Amino acid sequence: MKSTFATLALVALAGTALSSAAHADTAKMRIAFSNNYAGNSWRQAMLKSYGIVTQKAVKDGIVAAADVFTTADKEVPTQAAQIQNLVLQGYNAIVIDAASPDALNGAIKQACDAGVVVVSFDGIVTEPCAYRVVVDFKAMGEEEVNQMAKFQPKGGNLLEIRGLAGTSIDDAIHQGILEGVKKHPDFKIVSSVTGDWDQTTAQKAVATVLPSLPAIVGVVDQGGDGYGAAQAFAAAGKPRPTIIEGNRQDELQWWKEQKAKDGYQTWSASIAPGVSSLAFWVAQQVLDGRKDIPHDLLVPYLAFTQADFEQELPKIPTGGVASHEYTLDESKAAIKANMK
Amino acid sequence: MSAVALPGETARGRGPDWRRALRALLPAVSLALVLGAIAWINPRVISYFGFTLMLNYAVPIALATLAQMFAMTANDIDLSIGAFVGFICCVVATYLNQSAWLGALLLVACVAGYAALGALIHARNLPSIVVTLGMSFVWQGLAILLLPKPGGHAPIWLQATMSYRPPYVPLPILASLLIAAIAWFGLMRTSYGAILRGAGGNATAIARAGWSMLRAKAILFGLAGLFGVFSGMALVGITGAADAHLGDGYTLLSIAGVILGGGEFVGGVVSPIGAVIGALTLTLASTQLLGFLHIPPDWQVAANGAILVIVLAARVAISQRGKAR
Repeated sequence: MKSTFATLALVALAGTALSSAAHADTAKMRIAFSNNYAGNSWRQAMLKSYGIVTQKAVKDGIVAAADVFTTADKEVPTQAAQIQNLVLQGYNAIVIDAASPDALNGAIKQACDAGVVVVSFDGIVTEPCAYRVVVDFKAMGEEEVNQMAKFQPKGGNLLEIRGLAGTSIDDAIHQGILEGVKKHPDFKIVSSVTGDWDQTTAQKAVATVLPSLPAIVGVVDQGGDGYGAAQAFAAAGKPRPTIIEGNRQDELQWWKEQKAKDGYQTWSASIAPGVSSLAFWVAQQVLDGRKDIPHDLLVPYLAFTQADFEQELPKIPTGGVASHEYTLDESKAAIKANMK
Repeated sequence: MSAVALPGETARGRGPDWRRALRALLPAVSLALVLGAIAWINPRVISYFGFTLMLNYAVPIALATLAQMFAMTANDIDLSIGAFVGFICCVVATYLNQSAWLGALLLVACVAGYAALGALIHARNLPSIVVTLGMSFVWQGLAILLLPKPGGHAPIWLQATMSYRPPYVPLPILASLLIAAIAWFGLMRTSYGAILRGAGGNATAIARAGWSMLRAKAILFGLAGLFGVFSGMALVGITGAADAHLGDGYTLLSIAGVILGGGEFVGGVVSPIGAVIGALTLTLASTQLLGFLHIPPDWQVAANGAILVIVLAARVAISQRGKAR
């Protein structure tokens, strides 16, 4: 039965797939992007980075098409159906920011079986046949507490703002923060709220718990929630804690204002939205016939310190996130760095 | 539908026959329209492989839609079905996978819980919309407790069942036909099915005739729970792993599916075959058709909503013209 399925898959793809050998150039190949959510500043910046790089790639004739598909909701079944749809449309590769690391594996496997290259990033998928461009979120969470220890050497109470509940990214950053707190036992997480990586949600959540909390020295978070937290503290008339930022324009702007006022210090980190462009180049390289690319690619997170955040700030559009678009050569270097 | 003359239907029975026929045919017509549009844009997908991929996820949606239909038969609405399906997915990917007995026991308990909910709603005369909304948070919470992060593993036999490729007819189509036939026979062709529909159509008459309304409601909600369990099992069989949010979208999709399939919010007017067709239409229209249309990403979310509104508006327009006569 399996072989019939594979044959049918090949027949279905024959219409558009290029029938040349492995070392083909990719000029006639089409790469689709399956994105499960577009509703916050990070995702918007990510889509923009992807658009900039891929439109140029299409114009330069590197690939024939690089279309973007966003699902209407954040849900797994919708995205799985979308992946199946992209396979039916005969795309050669699918770049994906996935709604779930495991629950899409069925659809991913079907895509691989149909001969489609799958590259996941940010929200990665665990299906072995897919490629993963991974940012070390756990290390980022741990580093947040390390940095906090620099600014608050005496330790104290921390407030944690979590991301979207039930997602792998939220879990990884959270685990990292827990590790960090273990290493710095002076710190204690006294409360944890859900901010959904969104300033207004975070502001509401923090405002709700603030009256019941003891004095807070620091806020550890996941990005996209720092400015909202700052607003909530200000509105409640509570002293301003050290809030770790997440590279958003409004967060860095706030940091700059505070720094100008009284030399406020903090640290900022997040995954660069431009990692979407790296995922695109990885897909292109695999289509180009490269067989030596490891399926798991680890890339560093993007961090800013007291010394360099003000140079970055003017480059970020209002409401946007600090980003970095990968060129083909940078991508090749990033791949090489993972080949030991 | 004419085995028992339900109040909702006799009132409309005066209109010309072709209108009623059109109304009954509307779900099928909309499905044909959406399929036609897809075939026109991308003829290659009208194949065994294409249908298997396109309609794969319609099976759990069809089952959830039938679950919703049973609740709506009793003039109730189940706002917890999506969260319930998500919870079932988590149970199947954890307990049922590790120990078949414990898992099966839990699933049976879930169905019993649903039946008890129906009994509670009837006994205390509670608004189902409030009870089920509350329950949706309970199911969601239990699901997150069970699987704080996505994971688990679908039982091998379940995955094998869902990826089985029968000869000639794609599995999703075969499954949809089977599900629709079973629900249609049970609700439309058995005498107790008529009583169940009567529970929504004219509860007083059914009670006066000596039938227990408590039992009817408990059975209808129990059936909703049963089909919710089937939906979760089918879903996790396709995805291979679970996630507490897996079923979130099913609540609204299932209500839309029942309405699109010719059901009504009140009066015990439902159509199992229509509901299954409605679920298929919604699946195709919202994800597949949109994908083929190449709508720019900024507009995709809105376009999805617009398709839903257009499809449902067409159905309401036709049935209202029928009433005006």
